[in-house]
Amino acid sequence: MTDAESQDTDAVTDSAHEPSLAMSGVAYAYPDGHQALFGVDLLIKQGERVALLGPNGAGKTTLVLHLNGILTPGAGVVHVGGLEVAKPNLTEIRRRVGIVFQDPDDQLFMPTVREDVAFGPANLGLRGSELAKRVESALDAVGMAEFADRAPHHLSFGQRRRVAVATVLSMEPEILVLDEPSSNLDPASRRELAEILTGLPITLLMVTHDLPYAAQLCSRSVILDEGTIVADRRTGDLLTDADTLARHRLELPFGFDPLAAKAAMQ
Amino acid sequence: MGGAGHGHAVYRERLTPLHVVPSHVKLVAVVSFVFVVVATPGTWYPAFAGYLVILCVVGAIARLTIGFVVPRLVVEIPFVIFALLLPFVAKGSQIEFLGMSVSEAGLLAGVALLMKATLSVIASIVFASTTSPREMCRGLERLRLPQIMVQILTFMLRYVDVVGGELRRMRIARESRAFTARHLGHLKVLGHSAGALFIRSYERGERVHLAMLSRGYTGTLPVMEQERVATSMWLRALAVPAAALAVLLGSWAFS
Repeated sequence: MTDAESQDTDAVTDSAHEPSLAMSGVAYAYPDGHQALFGVDLLIKQGERVALLGPNGAGKTTLVLHLNGILTPGAGVVHVGGLEVAKPNLTEIRRRVGIVFQDPDDQLFMPTVREDVAFGPANLGLRGSELAKRVESALDAVGMAEFADRAPHHLSFGQRRRVAVATVLSMEPEILVLDEPSSNLDPASRRELAEILTGLPITLLMVTHDLPYAAQLCSRSVILDEGTIVADRRTGDLLTDADTLARHRLELPFGFDPLAAKAAMQ
Repeated sequence: MGGAGHGHAVYRERLTPLHVVPSHVKLVAVVSFVFVVVATPGTWYPAFAGYLVILCVVGAIARLTIGFVVPRLVVEIPFVIFALLLPFVAKGSQIEFLGMSVSEAGLLAGVALLMKATLSVIASIVFASTTSPREMCRGLERLRLPQIMVQILTFMLRYVDVVGGELRRMRIARESRAFTARHLGHLKVLGHSAGALFIRSYERGERVHLAMLSRGYTGTLPVMEQERVATSMWLRALAVPAAALAVLLGSWAFS
């Protein structure tokens, strides 16, 4: 991933020295009193690719919703590219943080692919040829340009997931956040999505249970469990640490050899 | 996943001179045509024949066949039933018709209702078969229908297949456990299914809203490119109600 890192730092002009994501002491309790996050600290540099691992109910989705201000922390602050996540900055924050939700049918709500990919940038005020260019390049990036005029429900699940990625790429985000990107994909769609994500020169935060996918795409992994970050290591090291994985209900799939994967990553 | 529910029953994707006319222009033309039909006195039979000829010409241009249009007239059935009842329930002088004693005024009103409804439905079928549901929403938007209603319609179009798919999976799951609705007691099970579907849809609505907020939604859907409509398009579409109006005025002059 060092290639991607250097490439990305070259491409960035504004706020070049700010980390893409900085969370410090973020705590959150839902209105019903259930506390989901207990002081999360997380720093992601520009161009880094980080997997956010953790069992069900660990607070992963809650954490993600803090990144673009859908949820407001009870304590602590979140900065995206140096800009604090706060009410007056919400439009810019939502441009900077591109969240791809788990179910593409939630993400794709417009009648055609083109309109859906245009939705974000149009909300940012883009119009005309500038908007069309954004849509085109975002769809190109995920290999879906020829499907621009299709209705989302006429696409395969894998294609819908790729279009969902395009809908946030068109906003030219600082950080791409993917919630369970490999879920429900057949093996070929899974590989195609990995190839697309590998080729994107962008900071990536990937929420997943899919440890091989994390190994393939992210050099760094953090484990969130019971609302705190309990591990933050190179993915290769983490996957060979069976004790830590077991303690947090994470398991490698049958037959997967973490040592071989670690060797392949280097 | 099964292919059921794909595509739309009435719309046919083709390239005819009618397909290329912007939807709002067509909508104005259809509504004007229906107004002329409805405004025609019920006993001016030649005028109605003239309207039918106009629709046949338009249908031919849209390359519709009788076999396509006639089965889609079923939406008219409630009107047909009402029209058939009218001669029997209406008061006034009675006449002999097919060996039955029926109300004359009722018979005339029934026939007029049947003719007007059929012509209006055929006009709507021509419109619907040459305009995609998406284009209809856009057309309504261009005709200044309030944004909120356009949004509701647009979302309905997008999610009708998704919700339909959920309904189908729930039915399959029920039937896979040997359930079939056989008597009224089973309504409870179907009621639970309907409730579950409602809650799922509601939750989906919340997730969609979240996804929209995440991409900077502030309450209005961005308006896409607005093309100027060429005058020729308006002329092409309005020629249909204009012809109908000519027929109406012509028969008025003769009567």
